[in-house]
Amino acid sequence: MITVSYTAILQLLLPEMILVVTALLVLAVDLPISRTAQTRTRFTIGAVISAIGCIGAIAQIVRVPQQANLFDGTLVIGPEIQLIQVAILALTVLIVAMAVGSSFTSHVGEYLAVALFATVGMMLLVSTVNILLIFLSLELLSLSLYVLAAFNKLSSHSAEAALKYFLFGGTSAAFLLFGLSLLYGLSNSTNLVQIAHAIKNQPLDPFLAVAMVMIVLGFGFKVAAVPFHFWAPDVYEGAPANSAALISSSAKVAGFIIFYQVMVIGFAGAEGSSDWGRYTAGWVPVVAVVAALSMVLGNLVAIAQTSVRRLLAYSAIAHAGYILLALVSHTEQSFVALLYYAITYAMTLIGAFGVISIVEEQAGGEKLSDFAGLSRRAPILSLCMLIFMLSLGGIPPLAGFFGKFLLFASTLSAGQHTLGLLWLVALAIAMSTVSLYYYLQVLKRIYIAEPASETGPIQVPIARQVVLCAIALSILLLGCAPNLFLTWLRQPIRIAHF
Amino acid sequence: MLAWTIYISFLGTLALMLLKLSAKTARSIALLAAIAGFAITAYDLLHSANGTMTTIVHRSWIPPLGIEYHLAADGVSLVLVLLTGIVAIAGVLFSWNIEHRANEFFALYLALIGGVYGVFLSADLFLLFVFYEIAIIPKYFLIAIWGSTQREYAAMKLALYSLVGSAMVLIVLVAAYVVAGAKTMSLLELSQFPFSLHFQMWAFPLMFAGFGILAGLWPFHTWAPTGHVAAPTAASMLLAGVVMKLGAYGCLRVAMVLFPQGLDPWGFSALGLASWRDVFSLLAVIGIVYGALVALVQQDFKFVIGYSSVSHMGFVLLGLMTLTRVGLTGAVLQMFSHGVLAALLFAVVGRMVYNRTHTRDLTALGHLHLNKAIPFAAITFTLAAIASIGMPGFSGFVAELQVLIGAWNAFPIYVLCAGIGIVVSVAYTWRALQKAFFSDSAPESTTHALPPISMPERLGAVMLILASLTVGLYPQLLLNLLIPALSSPLFDGLRKGHWQ
Amino acid sequence: MKAFPFLSVLTAVPLVGAIAILALGDRRKDRARPIALAFSLIALAMTFVLYRRFDSASGELQFQEWHAWIPSLGAEYHLGIDGLGLVMLLLSALVVTMSIAASSKIREREEVYFSLVLFLQAGLFGTFTALNFFHWFIFWELSLIPAFFLIQLWGGPRRAAAATQFLVYTMAGSVALLLAFLALFQCTGTFDFPRLAELAQGGQLVPALAAHLTWHSFTPEQFALLLFGGVFLGFAVKVPLIPFHTWLPAAYTEAPTATTMLLTGAMSKMGVYGFLRIVLPIFSPQLRTVLTPLLWLGVCTVVLSAFAALAQKDLKRILAYSSINHLGYCMLGIFTSASLTGNSVALTTAKVADLDGVILQMFNHGLTAATLFWFVALLETRSGGLRSLNDFGGIRKVTPVFSGLMGIALFSSLGLPGLNGFIGEFLIFRGVFPLATWAAALALIGLLVTAIFILGILQRVFSGPLNERWSNMPDLTVAERLALLPPIGLMFALGIFPQLVLGIINSTVIRLVQQVRY
Repeated sequence: MITVSYTAILQLLLPEMILVVTALLVLAVDLPISRTAQTRTRFTIGAVISAIGCIGAIAQIVRVPQQANLFDGTLVIGPEIQLIQVAILALTVLIVAMAVGSSFTSHVGEYLAVALFATVGMMLLVSTVNILLIFLSLELLSLSLYVLAAFNKLSSHSAEAALKYFLFGGTSAAFLLFGLSLLYGLSNSTNLVQIAHAIKNQPLDPFLAVAMVMIVLGFGFKVAAVPFHFWAPDVYEGAPANSAALISSSAKVAGFIIFYQVMVIGFAGAEGSSDWGRYTAGWVPVVAVVAALSMVLGNLVAIAQTSVRRLLAYSAIAHAGYILLALVSHTEQSFVALLYYAITYAMTLIGAFGVISIVEEQAGGEKLSDFAGLSRRAPILSLCMLIFMLSLGGIPPLAGFFGKFLLFASTLSAGQHTLGLLWLVALAIAMSTVSLYYYLQVLKRIYIAEPASETGPIQVPIARQVVLCAIALSILLLGCAPNLFLTWLRQPIRIAHF
Repeated sequence: MLAWTIYISFLGTLALMLLKLSAKTARSIALLAAIAGFAITAYDLLHSANGTMTTIVHRSWIPPLGIEYHLAADGVSLVLVLLTGIVAIAGVLFSWNIEHRANEFFALYLALIGGVYGVFLSADLFLLFVFYEIAIIPKYFLIAIWGSTQREYAAMKLALYSLVGSAMVLIVLVAAYVVAGAKTMSLLELSQFPFSLHFQMWAFPLMFAGFGILAGLWPFHTWAPTGHVAAPTAASMLLAGVVMKLGAYGCLRVAMVLFPQGLDPWGFSALGLASWRDVFSLLAVIGIVYGALVALVQQDFKFVIGYSSVSHMGFVLLGLMTLTRVGLTGAVLQMFSHGVLAALLFAVVGRMVYNRTHTRDLTALGHLHLNKAIPFAAITFTLAAIASIGMPGFSGFVAELQVLIGAWNAFPIYVLCAGIGIVVSVAYTWRALQKAFFSDSAPESTTHALPPISMPERLGAVMLILASLTVGLYPQLLLNLLIPALSSPLFDGLRKGHWQ
Repeated sequence: MKAFPFLSVLTAVPLVGAIAILALGDRRKDRARPIALAFSLIALAMTFVLYRRFDSASGELQFQEWHAWIPSLGAEYHLGIDGLGLVMLLLSALVVTMSIAASSKIREREEVYFSLVLFLQAGLFGTFTALNFFHWFIFWELSLIPAFFLIQLWGGPRRAAAATQFLVYTMAGSVALLLAFLALFQCTGTFDFPRLAELAQGGQLVPALAAHLTWHSFTPEQFALLLFGGVFLGFAVKVPLIPFHTWLPAAYTEAPTATTMLLTGAMSKMGVYGFLRIVLPIFSPQLRTVLTPLLWLGVCTVVLSAFAALAQKDLKRILAYSSINHLGYCMLGIFTSASLTGNSVALTTAKVADLDGVILQMFNHGLTAATLFWFVALLETRSGGLRSLNDFGGIRKVTPVFSGLMGIALFSSLGLPGLNGFIGEFLIFRGVFPLATWAAALALIGLLVTAIFILGILQRVFSGPLNERWSNMPDLTVAERLALLPPIGLMFALGIFPQLVLGIINSTVIRLVQQVRY
């Protein structure tokens, strides 16, 4: 038994503590002014406080590098974990910054506090290899997200979305729990590393297979991969833009990372292979099929959408498919690719939802037709959207392209046989060509269609404008000089590689 | 020095995007940027170029992946960079009348040019691909915003075709990168890597066809006529003049250099075809003849030129497939020649005729007595037509001549087919010329007063004609660059076993 | 020290003239014709100087100029003339001058018209002096474009179709020619005519083909035949031989008459020249292989065109078919001259007579046909554009000088002894008869029919009762008479002293005969 001082634990959990305190602070500050001040002002004050809290947490992480593995993997802290936490916090900063000046709900303090709790959930989620804690933090995250999705009380869409999300989420959590419990039963441990050790070198037990499928199902729901994607379009469409941004960005990043860790660490030795013509049973083929289905279905269905949010939802399904390639190849290289891709993708989506929220407020909707002539009404906003869409489509020199390149290259390098995964990569590349069709549909409305006659220029809130431009510029920068980010990602992972 | 061709174009884009300028200032900036690009190229040609591969900039870019920012030029790239410079200037001159969203127009225009320069100057394949894709997106907007007939359809079709092509290229690029150890994307190093025969056998056709789509390879050419027709004048000039060359350049510079063994015989023969070389040369010849025949029955003036581009690009691809030095030289020369001439033809049809008459229907144009109303356009088109049917003295002749010399060696029967293609090209060119400019189907009195041909148009036309004439009469100018380039070690792989 | 580049300057003169006239612009276009005439006279004078300086005893190429041009493509700037070239230069300078003199009717955009004529002349000069295919082909094609526009812009009612047909046919021929030469270059690495001829005579051509061209079971001989076919097609369309002639009647008829003079007087000679300069020295064995079919083509050309002329009413169409007929004799002569290998005196004499006749016939036909079309032009000015046989009758009574002079030209075309036409045809028959008797015999039919239709013209236009419409037709003016005097005089001169031409070509022909002996 290792003895650990509680102050040390508190020290390790200081970033999370900072966030919790910030959340409470936001609630506290919002309470006295909720009667007097305007919603916009309250949002601004709350968002600033939340952002400061997040930045404080980031500062704490950066200032005090930690290395710890407590209670048999219940709390794992290392450079790579801290890196991911920084990324998640940074994304949260962007999301709350986008909330500056919004007015979709009067429960400002609660909204921001729940968002911060969700962030805490994500941070804990990525810093553990204990399946029990994984489940707990996942539930903390999920419950926060259900609430966030429902926040627009005036909109029946929002309520519907939240309910759907909740029902699907609850069911999938049950599956996940079932799978995890089977795993525990098979290995007699809650630590992923030990589970892997226990099931290694055994023939594929039917229980293990069930556990594997259940877990893939549970996480597949979290990352909205086909066929567990049904909630996504409705939630993306119905939830407030900010919530949707959170659900689709940082929550996704956390979801992918934990999915990766559970599969790669917990099922080490039961990978199997999905190389062309050399199929062997294991979890990799399952994930490969899920990835392929997600890419194909997501992209094809997205073509038919007229709502930009739903379009982004289906595109998110497709992107989940791409990112799952990293699981299929599961090398150190592909983990880097996963991080790079997921983080830049999350940034892009935050930006896209930022633009959508502005258009919704000013043009009254987020159908494709509401974007008509946007370039004449808000040129800078349009330019940002151009960058977001092209980056999602994987056009160089934007971050989306480099992410794809990294992902595909690492996927191809993996596999026991040279180019064994070429079929999957070829499918992904082909499908990302398809995706450009619908991204161009959005841009076509923005740049080519004429604006409706009576509309004037759009007033873009200055804070959001600044954030959007910052996101757009960083996407450009990350695409042009990916090395900046890449070395930052690779170093800790080199050290830690698990 | 040459790298500034790229930077200046993108700086121009940036300036035009961010500043609120009048249309007049916008086009002046665009013109300055285009002239600067051309001047830099000309300076470089005069001072330092000898045709062999010369590095311009070489920096590490993404060291973990071995990707470098490496710009280099050899004779082949220089010729095409020069072409880009010429066509870019002419394109601005012929869009002097753009008033609608002029800022954005010229911004996209320069972005496209910058991308094209980038492709021609990249020696790192990652970089090359980046520029290749950069060139695609502006095309979409140029056509969809400023185009005519069915512009949105044509723009989307063009964009998707291009993107499908680049997807095929990307698959092979990533695969080749990984197979070669994921250490480098350098063209020079990858060209030395011994890819397995099996790999080359599938990688080569995929990549060649991928680039070929942009080069108008039959049967993937259908984006070209609709795209050219819908595009605004300057865009169709660039599209036919330069962008199609991107594809052909990629075929030569990347597909053929990396995977020379992909051209080897399969070891069996199906339908008389025994290698990818046979397949692609057959497609090239079909393109030549088919493009010409379809052009012969078009009623829309621009479609005639559009299909003629397909036909002329067939010569480029045929030249590449001859695998002889003279054939390859011819192919690159044909790229230059077709670039200049297609630009000129589209300029006449799109700007001089369509902008004035608002019709492109050959019969309707016949009633307007264009040879009297706008004689300058008639003369320009005549010269362009003469040049494009391969009349000696103009650039098209020396180019097609070399392609055919090379082809005699490899595929005598295709030479005869190409000959038929040339004859048909005479027929369709002359039919269009006659119907549009010299028809006398209406009485004299109906001659309309059309706005006179403006000075920028005259300058642009004269410049393009002179370019074609100079190269036609003194091809040595470009051959001095091309021959050393094609004799360089880069093409060693191709030379082995094929070269004559 | 380098010799004066006579031939380059000669080619440049009309080019400079053409550009100068274009530079006149629209406003001073009435000066276009005099300037064009001046330039054509300068060119004529220069060809005359060439004639004086030419060493007629030598059959070798003279006034040669050579510069490298595109080494990798074997393109060289190589000029030179022998007797054949000189005769052609003289003829084209003469015909162009006559055509400009005859084109007083052009009243629309004269500056363009005359500059096109001078461009055409430059094309002719270039074609007849160039000795490298690359260089030669430029001029060969350059002459096409002006001809097209002369027909297209100033032609008769159906000019568009005629012009296009003319261009497409000729271009098709040119493409075939080009492709064949590209194959030759691919195999031999040279575009130079004399060098190719040397290779062919050395028997190295077919082995070279064997080394470079492969296609399934094709033998090198078959390839050689294929290439010959391509070259043959190129020239046969230009001459033209039946059945490649269908562009000609339309083009000659629809072209303004002054242009028709150029077409028939000079341009049709390009094809025959090609046979003499290129086909005979390079492709004799191939020609010999398919000699009999070719002779049939020649005979058909002669006979059928004569009958076709007989069936026409339009004067220009008649003369057009008669042109085909006359050049058909040349073709017969050329084909037979390649008929047998051997070195016997009789054979050589026959061949020399043959080719002497061919070249003389080319010159004569150029002169006579151009003059005849000139007369038609004059007639048209007087009749307001009418030129059908049925429209006239008895005009001899009102225009005796015109009728008389045109009669002389018609008789020259008929081949009346004493006039120029006779000697050429006589020499050709003299050569063809021993080499291919049957062909000569059949060709005589053509001669006979020619006599019938030419006499028909004389009868229906000039004799008979006067068509009252034309009772006021003015006779030739003094200026016209003066202008017509030189060609008519030349007809007599050549009829009496054929040596004027034969003297310069004889050595060339002897050399050529030696070349085709292999």
